[in-house]
Amino acid sequence: MANAQTANGGTSVLTRWMNNRNLMGMLFMLPAGTILLIFLTYPLALGVWLGMTDVKVGRPGVFVGLENFAWLMEDSVFLLSVFNTFLYTIVASIIKFGLGLWLAIILNNNIPIKAFIRAIVLLPFIVPTVLSALAFWWIYDSQDSVLSWILIEMGVIDKTIDFLGDPNNARASVIAANIWRGIPFVAITLLAGLQTIPRTLYEAATIDGANEWQRFTRITFPLLTPIIAVVMTFSVLFTFTDFQLIWVMTRGGPINATHLMATLSYQRGIVGGALGEGAAIAVAMIPFLLAAILFSYFGLQNRKWQRGGRDD
Amino acid sequence: MASVDIRNAAKVFGSTEVLHGVNIDIPDQSFTVLVGPSGCGKSTLLRMIAGLEEITRGEIAIGGQVVNTMPPKQRDIAMVFQNYALYPHMTVFDNMGFSLKLAKADSATIREKVETAAGILNLTELLHRYPRQLSGGQRQRVAMGRAIVRDPQVFLFDEPLSNLDAKLRVQMRTEIRELHQRLNSTSVYVTHDQIEAMTMADQIVVMRDGNVEQSGAPLELYDNPNNTFVATFIGSPAMNMLRGKIAGEGGREFFETTHGARLSLLNGNGAPRERSALCGVRPEHFLLADSEQDAIGMEVVVVEPTGAEILVIGRNGEQELQAVFRERHQFIPGQHIALKPKPENLLLFDAESGQRIR
Repeated sequence: MANAQTANGGTSVLTRWMNNRNLMGMLFMLPAGTILLIFLTYPLALGVWLGMTDVKVGRPGVFVGLENFAWLMEDSVFLLSVFNTFLYTIVASIIKFGLGLWLAIILNNNIPIKAFIRAIVLLPFIVPTVLSALAFWWIYDSQDSVLSWILIEMGVIDKTIDFLGDPNNARASVIAANIWRGIPFVAITLLAGLQTIPRTLYEAATIDGANEWQRFTRITFPLLTPIIAVVMTFSVLFTFTDFQLIWVMTRGGPINATHLMATLSYQRGIVGGALGEGAAIAVAMIPFLLAAILFSYFGLQNRKWQRGGRDD
Repeated sequence: MASVDIRNAAKVFGSTEVLHGVNIDIPDQSFTVLVGPSGCGKSTLLRMIAGLEEITRGEIAIGGQVVNTMPPKQRDIAMVFQNYALYPHMTVFDNMGFSLKLAKADSATIREKVETAAGILNLTELLHRYPRQLSGGQRQRVAMGRAIVRDPQVFLFDEPLSNLDAKLRVQMRTEIRELHQRLNSTSVYVTHDQIEAMTMADQIVVMRDGNVEQSGAPLELYDNPNNTFVATFIGSPAMNMLRGKIAGEGGREFFETTHGARLSLLNGNGAPRERSALCGVRPEHFLLADSEQDAIGMEVVVVEPTGAEILVIGRNGEQELQAVFRERHQFIPGQHIALKPKPENLLLFDAESGQRIR
């Protein structure tokens, strides 16, 4: 190409630009870059900036540096929300993983009406979050709860359970709702992972003398770890930043027992109008999220046996 | 070591019977090849020996003991899979030592056995690598290593060479054969490639549509096929099948092709005259004739010299014919030549059933 250009001295500047790989590469990346910049980088930067000001709704604030964060460190409600977020994320993620993996393994076997059951499993994922949150709200109603009714009819309890009124009950209830909602994603993704494991590996292991449990621990689980890493990273991120379920069901109550960082940020920033403080709470989530991503990337995903190439 | 006796074994998947009660004797220390076109049930049969498929009817015995209900790990067999089935998350060492580890052998024993097997297969340098880092041939050897380490009574091979390129396939063929001679084990080998079957087997079992067509030593099948299927399946280029009838005139018996060429028969064995039949001639059993008198005329279509011999593909009317000559005749496409089969090598088959007329 260089020869063609020198031989053809009169080539216009435009043609020369069109032949420049780097320039054209930049041009092709421009649309995507612009979208990322406008819709991801700008809001993120604005959030971080807001978190370092004392902007309130209708009143331009001033730069206050890390003052918001210093305040939050002594704010017991914020600290409670951090605790709640961790409790919510850890408990829900562990149970989602356990049940999701179990469900995936069941669905991976040859069971009758497999397609139908798979479709049903996906259902919680398809229903809009707000809708399912409303349904749970009703299921957990202190007077007309269908759960309480069933348990009373069965003779297990004799008065209705106050699902969302008692702090610990409320925590358990929202976690249960989150698990219900999150399982399909985990189960279906792990099922996809299971289906990539060749059947002959299990046959070879059977001949090598592995029983069913050993086939799971020595073949299935290790081969599934890359997918597990991805799924659980996403699941943890979604759970950690959950907002809709909580906001519809409890608005963070009772007595802030179910306030997550996301709901507290919204309450302080949008409902309460303290945009700066709300932003600071949201920004405080970033380090935790980054840590989760880095842990999954370095800890789980990049196994030696997965890497290609012939070199050691 | 042990023999494998397959008695009347049948396999039904749902409502489809894929094996219709086959009987095969696999002698101790033999190398038996199950060969046939895809869908003939050969792999299913192998998997039934391994215990990966249930036996619907009949019996399979290894070393005299019926194994129908015995789980695979108690059958004392090892299997090499077509796609190798190496555990991708384990090193070569761990792949080979996996069965011993499951059997709770101590690490010194595992190390010793794996290293011995690796030595046999030239894998010593690769023990710490992962399957991804190996070439196809190396993976194949690891798969065999995994089988050797277990020191089984019977080795089962399920089309182990079909993922390799042609050159490597020839090389691995020799290696597997050599290994078999060295270990003196009983081997059952499944392939759809009749050349693999011919070159490796002590005993070939030709299968079609869930039945055994014929079994025997390679050259026995080559020289004395029971029917047209075996005759055309074994041997490459394939045997020519000429249509015509068995006829006689005076004291002379001959095969008269549909084109009227009369090929003398050494001994018609009193075969009923005027009976329509097929006459099988191997490509290398043709001689060039000077005239078309009592010979088969052929128009040369393609000439394929391989160096050692020349393959001529041509046509006689509708009939395609192939002939192989070790002499370096000059052939030109379009040329008319006349071929005469050696009478002692003619094989006659019934036109209806395809069964051999002896």
